[in-house]
Amino acid sequence: MLSTLQHKFRSWLFRPQISSGTITLNQRRIFILPTRRGLGFALVLLLMLVGDINYNLSLGYVLTFLLGTVASLTMLHAFRNLAQLEVRAGHCEAVFAGDHADFVFHFHNNGNLPRYQLELRDNNGHHTAFDLPPHHDSRVQLAIPSAKRGWLNCGRVTLYTEYPLGLFHAWSYLHFDVRCLVYPRPAAAQPLPANSAQNGSGKLPSKGDEDFAGLRAYVAGDALPRIAWKALAREQGLQVKHFSAETGSELWLDWALLPALAVERKLELLTRWVLDADALQLQYGLRLPNLEITPKYSSGQREECLRALALFALDGGAE
Amino acid sequence: MKLEKSLVYGLLASILMVSAPHAEHLPPWVIAFGAAVLGWRAYLNFSGMALPPRWLLFLLSIASAAGIFLSYRTLFGREAGVTLLILLAALKLLELRAARDATVLIFLSCFIIITNFFYSQSIPTALMMFASLLVILSTWVHLHSGSLGLKPRLAISAKLLLQAIPLTLLLFVLFPRVQGPLWGMPQDAYSSSGLSDSMAPGTLSKLSLSQAVAFRVSFESFPPLREQMYWRGPVLWDFDGVTWSNRDGVIWSNRNAGTAQRNKPPQFDNLDQAVEYTVTLEPHNKKWLFALEMPTRLSVANFMTDDFQVQSRNAVTARIRYSAHSQLTFLANVDESPLQLQRALTLPKGLNPRALQLAADWRASLPGDDAIIRTALGRFSRDGYSYTLEPPLLGAHGIDDFLFETRQGFCEHYASSFVFLMRAAGIPARVVTGYQGGEPNALGGYSIVRQSDAHAWAEVWLKDRGWIRIDPTAAIAPGRIQGGLSAAMPDSAALPFLARNQSPWLLNIRFNLDMLNHQWNQWILGYDTERQFAFLTRLGMEDISWQKMAINLLTGVALTVLLIAILLLRKLYIRKIDTAQLLYLKFCKKLSRGGLMRAAHEGPQDFATRANMDMPQHAEAIRRITALYLAMRYENQPDESGLRALHRAVRAFKI
Repeated sequence: MLSTLQHKFRSWLFRPQISSGTITLNQRRIFILPTRRGLGFALVLLLMLVGDINYNLSLGYVLTFLLGTVASLTMLHAFRNLAQLEVRAGHCEAVFAGDHADFVFHFHNNGNLPRYQLELRDNNGHHTAFDLPPHHDSRVQLAIPSAKRGWLNCGRVTLYTEYPLGLFHAWSYLHFDVRCLVYPRPAAAQPLPANSAQNGSGKLPSKGDEDFAGLRAYVAGDALPRIAWKALAREQGLQVKHFSAETGSELWLDWALLPALAVERKLELLTRWVLDADALQLQYGLRLPNLEITPKYSSGQREECLRALALFALDGGAE
Repeated sequence: MKLEKSLVYGLLASILMVSAPHAEHLPPWVIAFGAAVLGWRAYLNFSGMALPPRWLLFLLSIASAAGIFLSYRTLFGREAGVTLLILLAALKLLELRAARDATVLIFLSCFIIITNFFYSQSIPTALMMFASLLVILSTWVHLHSGSLGLKPRLAISAKLLLQAIPLTLLLFVLFPRVQGPLWGMPQDAYSSSGLSDSMAPGTLSKLSLSQAVAFRVSFESFPPLREQMYWRGPVLWDFDGVTWSNRDGVIWSNRNAGTAQRNKPPQFDNLDQAVEYTVTLEPHNKKWLFALEMPTRLSVANFMTDDFQVQSRNAVTARIRYSAHSQLTFLANVDESPLQLQRALTLPKGLNPRALQLAADWRASLPGDDAIIRTALGRFSRDGYSYTLEPPLLGAHGIDDFLFETRQGFCEHYASSFVFLMRAAGIPARVVTGYQGGEPNALGGYSIVRQSDAHAWAEVWLKDRGWIRIDPTAAIAPGRIQGGLSAAMPDSAALPFLARNQSPWLLNIRFNLDMLNHQWNQWILGYDTERQFAFLTRLGMEDISWQKMAINLLTGVALTVLLIAILLLRKLYIRKIDTAQLLYLKFCKKLSRGGLMRAAHEGPQDFATRANMDMPQHAEAIRRITALYLAMRYENQPDESGLRALHRAVRAFKI
């Protein structure tokens, strides 16, 4: 009963306020409570005070009051360590399921004070610590492991500090509308599908088939590895290497042609193939039950396919 | 989490600093053991080797507890407890694995500081406290600040301490002081040095080697002559051949009750030569309050025994201050009760036959009491007696040995044998102990009476004249009475350094130091209920009550905290002022006067393009200012010459 009330109270007090843009940590956003260590120290001080009174130790009074005041003032120091920081969430690079998603936060310390030992923690206890020198921008990554494909929401993270003496815990909740795209975990290495139903050439393109066919002018979207850097160095303009095998050897990665497997397994297999095909610089397309990505040769192809696989048949995947 | 090496060194330093002042009163084996443990831990830290296993720590803890028990015969009580705490802290260092252990050690070291105040609360102790706190706090900050270096940590700790001082002072002044202990104290709660309730050969000569301050006196007007300053303490009646004490007091008072006779209450006649003064008495754990003979009034609760000892109700366990009124000339108990006189004539049976014989001869040959007293004193001053701190040992007939053989003694020997002779001759007499003299501190306007001024003298009762003080020491060593111990025995190497006569500049330093100590004692250590009341009244608080104190305390604390908070948080809102931007905004303002407003979304370059089209006549200036501004703001660190150029350009710009 009490715990439900407590829970309700907590969820009301710390109700989520999802923010986009920049947050400035003001006194409304910063909470402070003594730590267990702080309560322990209060007990030590109380013992000392009783001793002072009992034995009439004047210097003991001085020591007790001095320590008590130092301890109380660290509350201000803890607050000061967080206050007036500006935070915004940065872009989070997509990852494969099982890897760590690095959520990025940009901290700006606009004031004259150095901030020490700030810590960032998510609800599952993953955390990172950092310092912020005065007048300084800092990019802080919080690595959160991703379990499954789809969107991984950063959720509420806690920025906290116990500086300088660990007697007070000052914290602020950061809840940004940032999420990280998680691709399916690539399956173990599998040979690429032997044929592509559509073009019927029946030829599995491989490295040996590729013949250098000359240079052509760069078109936006061409893959970086294909750029003829030597030609560029000879000041012949931006040109791209062209291979003969590419023409008419389109590879279709087709959902329908997969053996009977669980949906996730299929997606993992397709992910593996997308990666392999991309590494081999093949021209490949992806065909899913509800979506078709035609083969084209651009650096965006890989991301587009992976994104489609990541969001396949998920709520909100349409977005 | 593995603790950093430098953190471990910090903790070692903290424990070392808080334990070091205790070395003075710890048994040698504890010092050796503690030093070994600290050294061992330092070596382990240096070499990066593993900490000892838990079973070894357990054995060491048991061994140190056993050692403490053997040394003190208990594990509780103050001395044993403090020793236990120090050894536990040292052993905890060997168990230092996680941040949690470090926190425990930090708390322990704070606690060990306060235990040192049982033994000393002097100014050096206070300075040591601040030094220790600095080290402890910087170690503590280390625990919670990651990779900060030693210097910034020390600076942060110093700032923490400095910021705490105003509030500490306020709390110290306003926090209500409670009189007296909250519960019964263990027996050894207070150290006591000073006069005891018995006197044997050696008691006073040992005490006179101590330079500890017994009490300080400030006189209202001129201090009396040194030879008149007899500070009365315990009066001793009963002699067993070696020791003077009051152990038969109960027997005598029972005998009194049986005969329905009462001891005469203290009564004085012919009082004259009044002296007013204030005594600050160091705690000595006994009941006596010292005052000049004869005290008639004290400002603290006291009662006077029928032999004129002034006693407080409870043992003096804290420094107290009282003002007193004494009369230097007096007639005391002229009408003494016969039983008291009988007690003052009692001698142990079968001891010191030669002294008894001598006294009997005097009584037979001399005309009266006065003549006997004169003869006795004359014997001391003429017949080869000497005054020494290191008298030879005496046998079973101690008085005989002293009077007829060794003839060397300290004041207790002279007082003791004089009283013995008087009693043997039929003159009621008793031994009085106390302090004699005092060292005037001209700078502070007060006198210091030290343990080395401890003294014993005699009192005889004469018909119609009551109790009269006779100081046999004055007969053998008049210098002792007029100039103190150093005047009486200037060459004795056994005298403590401070008791010897010194060059004037050394004396000056000593007096200055003592005055500082005196003020410290008065205002910091002696700040009790009474003094707090007086101080607050002087500050203008009227009819002080608990409620008022509490309100004042809370208001004061709130205001101080507010002030400190403003000072601490002010820095948060100080932004780096961007001169380049200020100048550019000025420029925009000038343009707006010409009807050209910069939109919120418009960057300086877009704005410049638009402005150039609107005001082609100013195009050159606008381009120049914009270029300068962009260079200052976004390209490199603003340099002085660039800012000056921008400043000139903006000032010269006119629509």
